[in-house]
Amino acid sequence: MNFLQTEPIRILLYLVGICAFVGANAAYLVLAERKGAGRIQRRPGPNEAGFGGLLQPLADGIKLLAKQVMVPPGTDALLFRAAPLLVMAPPLMCLAMIPFSDSITARSLNVGLLFVFSFGSINVMALMLGGWASRNKFAIISSARVVSQNVAYEIPMLLVVITLLMVTGTMDLNEIIQQQGGGFWKWNLFKVWVNPLMPVTFVIFFICMLAETNRAPFDMAEAESELVAGAFTEYGGMGFGVFFMAEYANIVVGCSLATVLFLGGWQSPIGVLSGGLWGAGWFLLKLYALIFTVIWIRWTFPRTQFYSLLNLSWKILIPISLFTLLLTGAMMKLPVVYNHFF
Amino acid sequence: MIAQKDLIPVDNGGDPTKETFVLNLGPQHPAAHGVLRVLLTMDGEWIQRAEPVIGYIHRMHEKMGENRTWAKFLPNTSRIDYLSAMHYTHAFVGAVERAAKIEVPVRAEYARVITSELNRISSHMVWWGALLLDLGGFTPILYAFDDREKILDLLEALCGARLTYCYYRFGGLYNDVDDAFLKGTRDFVAHMKPRLKMYRELVTDNIILRKRLTGIGPLSADLCRRYGATGPVIRGAGVAYDVRRAEPYSVYPKLEFKIPTYPEADSMARYLVRMDEMEQSLFIIEQALDQIPTGPFIGKVPRVLKLPVGDTCYAVEAARGRFMVRIVSDGKEIPYRVKLRTPSFSNLSLYEEASKGMILPDALAMMGSLDLVIPDIDR
Amino acid sequence: MSLLTALRETVAGFKSLLTGMRITAREAAKPSITVQYPHDTLKMADRFRGHVKLVLDPVTGKSRCTSCNLCVRACPSDCLTVEGIKREGEKKKSVSEYTLDFTTCSLCGSCVEACPSDAIEYSKDYNVVSLDRAEFARMDLLKKLEAEAKVWAEKNPELAAAAAAAAAAQAAAATAKAPAAATTASAPGAGAAPVATTPAPTPAVAPVPAAGVTETRTT
Repeated sequence: MNFLQTEPIRILLYLVGICAFVGANAAYLVLAERKGAGRIQRRPGPNEAGFGGLLQPLADGIKLLAKQVMVPPGTDALLFRAAPLLVMAPPLMCLAMIPFSDSITARSLNVGLLFVFSFGSINVMALMLGGWASRNKFAIISSARVVSQNVAYEIPMLLVVITLLMVTGTMDLNEIIQQQGGGFWKWNLFKVWVNPLMPVTFVIFFICMLAETNRAPFDMAEAESELVAGAFTEYGGMGFGVFFMAEYANIVVGCSLATVLFLGGWQSPIGVLSGGLWGAGWFLLKLYALIFTVIWIRWTFPRTQFYSLLNLSWKILIPISLFTLLLTGAMMKLPVVYNHFF
Repeated sequence: MIAQKDLIPVDNGGDPTKETFVLNLGPQHPAAHGVLRVLLTMDGEWIQRAEPVIGYIHRMHEKMGENRTWAKFLPNTSRIDYLSAMHYTHAFVGAVERAAKIEVPVRAEYARVITSELNRISSHMVWWGALLLDLGGFTPILYAFDDREKILDLLEALCGARLTYCYYRFGGLYNDVDDAFLKGTRDFVAHMKPRLKMYRELVTDNIILRKRLTGIGPLSADLCRRYGATGPVIRGAGVAYDVRRAEPYSVYPKLEFKIPTYPEADSMARYLVRMDEMEQSLFIIEQALDQIPTGPFIGKVPRVLKLPVGDTCYAVEAARGRFMVRIVSDGKEIPYRVKLRTPSFSNLSLYEEASKGMILPDALAMMGSLDLVIPDIDR
Repeated sequence: MSLLTALRETVAGFKSLLTGMRITAREAAKPSITVQYPHDTLKMADRFRGHVKLVLDPVTGKSRCTSCNLCVRACPSDCLTVEGIKREGEKKKSVSEYTLDFTTCSLCGSCVEACPSDAIEYSKDYNVVSLDRAEFARMDLLKKLEAEAKVWAEKNPELAAAAAAAAAAQAAAATAKAPAAATTASAPGAGAAPVATTPAPTPAVAPVPAAGVTETRTT
């Protein structure tokens, strides 16, 4: 046991663990998505490969690996090859910060939240580079969209997070979770005595998370009925596969962040059974519930139009999140003012 | 043909902010249904000029009409617009019957109306699903196809084919409508009403769809008239033009139905027209089922059909608009000329003018709301 | 108050989204409607229009085709080839070659409608697959009929025996007598009927359809 706690071994363990977690999630979330879509559309989904379709990700992976990674002539070969790596790296980095349980965290930083957001933003750049390097008109249109979309949604997301930070007073993710212990009514989502609009902030965070990860109904980057495959149009084989996996890895990061910030992370909703592996179980349960909602949303709604997407951000989400920010500040200072005068 | 000069972007006078580029949408693009190609001159995401390039699936249907007998051309009519095969066959059969003065039994006329309206619903369902696919919603098309399957099963049990029915014959029908079909159709009407309510709640009322379609792609009544656009496109511009009322044929004068019109003239208006038409079609089917008499299903037709010398037109309201067949006979067994006036061609013609200044996703949403069937354009 | 209306619209829009999600959840709870195609298949409708095939006469075990070529003339895409020969002792011509070019056939069914002797019908076979183009370009319907006739003969040995006997009798009659059939128009029909009834084992089953079918053939 002591041996496992030594630093090099710990790093190695978590490195492998996170990579395996992301890989397994990316592979099986694709299957879960296809199965979920099938369920919603009243068909069984992939069910031929393996046991009821369980080996489908493996088959897909082998197929993608077997395909030639083609670099079209005239592209910026270096950027073209680097973009899939750049898009995959940030979610891996972010997951190092996420506490899966009170004892399972790869690296606990006191600026964990900041770290996650700063790495999360690199994702956009990678998509943009991929689209730009492709030398394809559809891909370039898509890149431009990705950038403006992510800029527009970073703002309300950060405003919401600032609101939350005012409540928690810390950027350490583990500490944020610890503050939410003792039952689901203590979760930030339900802290209406701090700010009556707390559920609304969660909804805003969730919408922004969808937009940041380019998920439907905000999948402007990969609007296949308009832009063929958006930024990935020219990618084939595993180049495309990595983009595809990164999308799911980003969803995992986004959803786990939402879980940590609003749903009490590894805290039990009933106040008991929240330590150690139980905590990991609660965390994964909440995480997959959120991911399921993401899938559910994708298969329900049509895609938004790009300009109404920006309108939604600038005209609705940003004002509301600013308002909640002010409200929270006012509610926090109200007792102080009250005490001062009375 | 596309001239080489068309592929060169518009001269920007050396100003890089006015630079344009040509985007080749199709013929293998996921948003272009079938093999339509649109050459878009784009300024960023704004469309400066959209030129539809057609002819990728041209099959010379009109010429084929001139080298075969009247009866031999009949299977072709189902293949012009594969989604509303019944209407197209109806137009051709009707034209020949009008020219040769063939009496059609009343039972056959009612059966034609029932099958035509079923076909209209199934066509609108495909449009609905495909439009939602264009807009990025993947689930509605499967719901629509689930219901459409019921129509196809009914029609298959009736005439043996699921898409290219070729069910009407000169003077009547290919075979009689049986009780199983009439009962199945009644069941379908009962099944479809709550489903239409579900469609409305899931999609029509959805805020994202409303934002995508409301106010997008306005096609004024004047523009529709200039390009000859018909069907839901012109009804979505507030003009109550419906061939079933304007040039009554078959037993439509005996049936009650409303012509849904929306004066907004935007994509949402066209969308709502089609959704309402599905309801109206169900209403027509119900009436026709109540009124259908017993009797023969095919009239007296000469064994060798020779039409008198003359020029005859017959128009029907197909799912996409006014489909008209004009046949010219010189008294022989083989037509002198078969002219097909297809609605999608006219509906597409206005695209170039209407899409000017729109942004790409809106232009594609508008194209979806026109409900184009490419074989219908190219013939 | 535009701020209020904007807020109200936002809330209404959000509600419409929730409605949509409720509907998809409701649909997800319903059972799947897929038919797992290669594992289970649907039954084709009675009037299903597959490719044409020759009808096996349930009495004689042969085709009723008289190679009158009406189907060939009715075909809009010229995809049928019919050859007939006049066999010794038979009143009408019988088919010796019937091929369908399935690559050009549009399954319109004009041929079936044109046939005066109900010799062709629609096949219910929709799994028409081949790795060889020639199999479609020259689909030998007569060969398919022969394969069917073999199955038929195994299933109805009495009828098959009767048909064979009739054929033998006809051949014998043809070799024996001069072509004087014209003088007695009913001779072949009369000759066939007693032969059909001669096999003693099951006399009650066979003659009834036999009479009906032979009548339609001769008219």
